[in-house]
Amino acid sequence: MDMSFSPEDAAFRRDAREFIARAMPPHLASKAAVDGHFEMSEIMEWHRVLFTKGWVAPAWPVEHGGPGLTATQRFILGEELALAGAPGLSPFGLSMVGPLLMQFGTEAQKRRFLPRILSGDEVWCQGYSEPNAGSDLASLRTRAEDDGRGNFVVNGQKTWTTYGQYADWIFCLVRTDASGKKQQGISFLLVDMKTPGVVVKPMLTIGGTPAFAETFFENVVVPKENLVGPLHGGWTVAKALLGHERTMIGGVGASLRALARVKRIARATTRGGAPLLDDPEIAAKIARLEVRLRSLEMANYRTLATAALGHAPGPESSILKIRGSEIQQDCFELAMELMGHDALSWHETEGAVPPLEAWVPSTYCYNRATTIYGGSNEIQKNIIAKLILGLS
Amino acid sequence: MHFELSADQKLLKETAASFAKRQSPLTRARELRVDPRGYSRELWATLGELGWLGLAFSEAHGGLGGSFVDLSIVLEELGATLVPEPLVPSVVLAGGVVAQLASRAQLEQHLAPMIAGQRTLALAHAERDGRYDPCWITARAERRGDSYRLDGEKVFVLGGHDADALIVVARTSGAAGDRDGLTAFVAPPDTPGVQVSPIATLDGRRAAHVKLDGAELPVSSRLGDEGAAGPALMLALDRAAAAACAEGVGVTRAVLEMTAEYLRTREQFGVKIGSFQALQHRAVDMFIETELVKSASIRAAIALDAGEPTEAAWAVSLAKAQLGVGGKYVVQQAIQLHGGVGITDEHDVGLYFKRMHALMSSFGDEAHHVARVARSPLFTAGL
Repeated sequence: MDMSFSPEDAAFRRDAREFIARAMPPHLASKAAVDGHFEMSEIMEWHRVLFTKGWVAPAWPVEHGGPGLTATQRFILGEELALAGAPGLSPFGLSMVGPLLMQFGTEAQKRRFLPRILSGDEVWCQGYSEPNAGSDLASLRTRAEDDGRGNFVVNGQKTWTTYGQYADWIFCLVRTDASGKKQQGISFLLVDMKTPGVVVKPMLTIGGTPAFAETFFENVVVPKENLVGPLHGGWTVAKALLGHERTMIGGVGASLRALARVKRIARATTRGGAPLLDDPEIAAKIARLEVRLRSLEMANYRTLATAALGHAPGPESSILKIRGSEIQQDCFELAMELMGHDALSWHETEGAVPPLEAWVPSTYCYNRATTIYGGSNEIQKNIIAKLILGLS
Repeated sequence: MHFELSADQKLLKETAASFAKRQSPLTRARELRVDPRGYSRELWATLGELGWLGLAFSEAHGGLGGSFVDLSIVLEELGATLVPEPLVPSVVLAGGVVAQLASRAQLEQHLAPMIAGQRTLALAHAERDGRYDPCWITARAERRGDSYRLDGEKVFVLGGHDADALIVVARTSGAAGDRDGLTAFVAPPDTPGVQVSPIATLDGRRAAHVKLDGAELPVSSRLGDEGAAGPALMLALDRAAAAACAEGVGVTRAVLEMTAEYLRTREQFGVKIGSFQALQHRAVDMFIETELVKSASIRAAIALDAGEPTEAAWAVSLAKAQLGVGGKYVVQQAIQLHGGVGITDEHDVGLYFKRMHALMSSFGDEAHHVARVARSPLFTAGL
């Protein structure tokens, strides 16, 4: 056993850190310093910086424009980006529809879509959830019907569509057959957001940030060439993502950064003139969070080491999403607690509280999403109970 | 970075697992609860023959020169069936102090027979008022010509009821809490003025309270220089804490398996109780804590082998604190999911429950190690 990174990997980490510090434009860097909310235009600006460097899609194969990094280097790059507070890129093109197209798409689809995902010329969003199909995704009802002229006609509604208002394309799960088992009549369809009949209504999150939308489809005509994988085979296509790399899923880098912010707040906040951090009870509270985070970090390292050997992820990888999302929430919950009445503040009013704290209330609120998105923690637990513990 | 076991380590793991299963299954731990010794000298000798008692001692100390990771592999497997032989108290704790301080002749006299499985040692260091502070020692050792006179009281000397020699840590100078001024001695338990009172511990094992009342020990029984035992004591306690974590990994693993099996077979309301989502999610939380306890334990073992003191102490405290939270969660929920049968002494889940609590309360509890994490230079590094 060995916990150290090789000299090559350590050098890669230095390079990555230097590059990020050098390449981040000042207006992004100043926002990163306070972990403020990045607008979509800022996220795409950073996307293009990483694209130019060749690092925008670390996990993509070289033939599709990936940088050919090892699993360990990909992990290091992801961790350095998180530790630097760089804008989080939209995952929908790079990490979701892109890899699915590589696996299930036609040559024409790959040529048409992959280069523009990589360059950021086209922004993607995900059309899975519906008002009545959240955790029970397979009960989705958005229909795609064959018009007999080489098209599907799509009708229905998707919701909680992250970045829907900015997206050029949406990848959807749609019902193409309602007769059999509900998982069997679903197809995976790519829809141009500019098609007549697509209507997007943006929604704010509880963090006060624009990220979500409702997406309505009314007689939207989609050419059949936009079907990915077999007709009625969409459930299998969507599920394929579950087997993908999990080394970043726990958000450990982001939580390490958040924990440092917690400590800095505890050091800067005084009570009766003394820093909160000098209070053993407060320090112990922070240390308890660190204990949990460092254990998760080790579980993450174990997952990484397994991935680096090219082996399938071990059972420890399945806990990363659950505990990682909880710890992300707990970091900001503790920050709020330490802030005292500063926790009443809202980022709309600049200068009301120290910059260190300005975005904490918004992030605390928004982070309630971490245990919900990507399959709620309850759904994750159902899966582990069944697949790992053999309970059903 | 890799966490794969080497071919030798895989073999060690298999050997230890098969040894535990055949030579000391859970039924043995249960039977030995009523034995005044609580373990067997024959099996202790077998452990010596297998080389496990000397596994993590350097060759200069008469050991095999294995790593702490190697030792952890054995302890995890022995922990899974609650093998009651006093490996951690005798080898890691008392043996650890001896190895660091003893002269060549003392190693030959005290450590070699223990490594061979012929003798056991116990460390008498803790005092009632000191809680888990290793340096909170008020027992005095006063030099009188060619001997020392020892006075004081030691509590919860693990394995002390039956040890062939006690390693006593007493103060030759300074005040309670001082790192300097601590001196270690080898004391045969029948030394006049040494009173060993055996006590039962909650996990069905044995320990002792030790009273020192004018016990005379020759200068030749002193380990290392006068007043210089503090660092050796602290390192031995850290290694013992990490060893408890490794054993705890075996406990959580066994308890999780046992509980999942129960959920898969027990029927109520006409169905397997494992079909209930409330119980499934509880079992998954147990699984999560089991993986976290294991992850933290691996970090501690690796850090001890790497030998950077600040990092090692930090990693040990992370792991022991994680055991205190996660290990406790696993055994408590195991009882809950077993229901009424889990409360009976007949059922094995209670044995694991109590062993976990013994591990949690030894070598620093959760609060102690959390406080140590908060005091570590690494806590505020790079802010």
